[in-house]
Amino acid sequence: MNALFSPTTLRDAATAAPNALASSEVPLLDVSGVTVQYKTRAHLVTACHRVDFQLYKGERYVLLGPSGCGKSSLLKAVGGFLPPVEGSIRLNGQPVTRPGPDRMMVFQEFDQLPPWKTVKQNVMFPLLASGKATRRQAEERALAAIATVNLSGFADAHPHTLSGGMKQRVAIARALAMEPDILLMDEPFAALDALTRRKMQDELLQLWDTLGFTMLFVTHSIEEALVVGTRILVLSPHPGRVKAEINCHAFDRASAGSPDFQAVAQRIHALLFADAVEQPVAGGAS
Amino acid sequence: MTDLSLANAAVAPSRRANPPVRPEVERAVSAAGVIGDAARPLSLWERLTGVALLRRLVLLVAVAALWQGAALWQNNPLMFPTFTAMASALVEAVLRDDLLTMAWVSLSVLLKGYAIAVALAVALTTLAVSTRIGDDLLSTLTSMFNPLPAIALLPLAMLWFGLGSISLTFVLVHAVLWPLALNTHAGFTAVSDTLRMAGRNYGLTGPRYVLTLLIPAAFPTILTGLKVGWAFAWRTLIAAELVFGVSSGKGGLGWFIFQNRNELYTDKVFAGLAAVILIGLLVENLVFRWIEARTVRAWGMVR
Repeated sequence: MNALFSPTTLRDAATAAPNALASSEVPLLDVSGVTVQYKTRAHLVTACHRVDFQLYKGERYVLLGPSGCGKSSLLKAVGGFLPPVEGSIRLNGQPVTRPGPDRMMVFQEFDQLPPWKTVKQNVMFPLLASGKATRRQAEERALAAIATVNLSGFADAHPHTLSGGMKQRVAIARALAMEPDILLMDEPFAALDALTRRKMQDELLQLWDTLGFTMLFVTHSIEEALVVGTRILVLSPHPGRVKAEINCHAFDRASAGSPDFQAVAQRIHALLFADAVEQPVAGGAS
Repeated sequence: MTDLSLANAAVAPSRRANPPVRPEVERAVSAAGVIGDAARPLSLWERLTGVALLRRLVLLVAVAALWQGAALWQNNPLMFPTFTAMASALVEAVLRDDLLTMAWVSLSVLLKGYAIAVALAVALTTLAVSTRIGDDLLSTLTSMFNPLPAIALLPLAMLWFGLGSISLTFVLVHAVLWPLALNTHAGFTAVSDTLRMAGRNYGLTGPRYVLTLLIPAAFPTILTGLKVGWAFAWRTLIAAELVFGVSSGKGGLGWFIFQNRNELYTDKVFAGLAAVILIGLLVENLVFRWIEARTVRAWGMVR
């Protein structure tokens, strides 16, 4: 039915050959010189300033920064919700101008699932709304995607009967069923309790192992960034500017807490809080 | 003060309580069966008092008994007939005076006005969410017309459309449109940003966005608007019918009440009022309850 659901182990391959990316290879997503601003009632807030990064196919790219550094706004700009005031965002060479089903977003909030649709209908909704599949195909793909996040028993349940972790799994299934070019995740596990969050991170990595999607992941947790990502873009406090790009493809759950892991975590921590003079943030939103 | 006590604590550690270091414990969790029955069936009395309908029925019977007693004590059937006289007049009206047909005449006019108003409200609010000028238009119109009682427009409607169902429909549309539009718009603006972004992420725009995302997401408030609109319409219709019936003195529950008052059949006046109440209750408890159970309750949007 679709190639994405065939099992391969991409994570091992990526770990074994970290620098396999030839410089001639074209990035899937090219963000260059992007400044994002948004208006609040009284201010024009600059969320991030002249940010550059490239994202290659199969990467798990993490945007990391303190809250209020504009990483969510940057993600929304990639999603097409916030047009950048300068710079360009290109996906497969095409400029991003509006939201679209080729960039599926998973939000932090649990109310991202329309409550009037069952789990299955929720996963089918974007497939049908974007005209990507017929009803029959959509149902088939939805059930397959629900099975990959281990929610088959809840296909006909309404979202309000699910726990927070299950809702996020539905949101991930909904995004994966669309087979998007890139999966945008806006602090998807931040509202979960610590144990569930850890489990969800592991499940996400397992999914990536089998499906090998490309992902842009926003978080403010250094540990989450190191475990979940292959490469981290460290952003300075408000407004967000690029401080560093750090490789972390070598780390996973098993190596969390190892001396190497701790050293990189320390390094990132130092980068984030080097100029830790708290400035009053005009907007407040991250 | 705090500094002092802290300093003291540092100097004299004997003042600090020393909790004992106790051995660690690990246990096998006992089977739940030891605790006893996890659930106990409720007694018959507990189950009966748990039924809201039954409790309300008991209240209704009490009110009816009170009415009967007061009417018997007053003993003036021309002014205040007993409950039983009203009940028999109601049965007689249904059997002989075609009360049901009259009620249906009223209801069909009402449904027509209601449907037109719903369509207009959807169009107006769609306009309001898609353009800023539409938003301004809706806000201005609702704040102007919502406080204006529909019945106050009746003289004007009679002047324009004559004594007939068109005048009634006009007044009904006015009664339903503004509260419904107000609620629908409030519902649309309350839809969370996340859900909006999810919808736009799917590539939904324009009328499809309103129809497949905004309307269901705002359905709890829309339903409230529909209920308020229904109550307004029903009241307005009965009041308008008191003036000239449904079409120049024919049919309608309001007309039934008005005529019987003229002929001093007070028990029938009461029977007409009871019919108005009964139909209102039926629609509220059957139609709207049913919609509510199938939609917002099933979706967990309302408890």
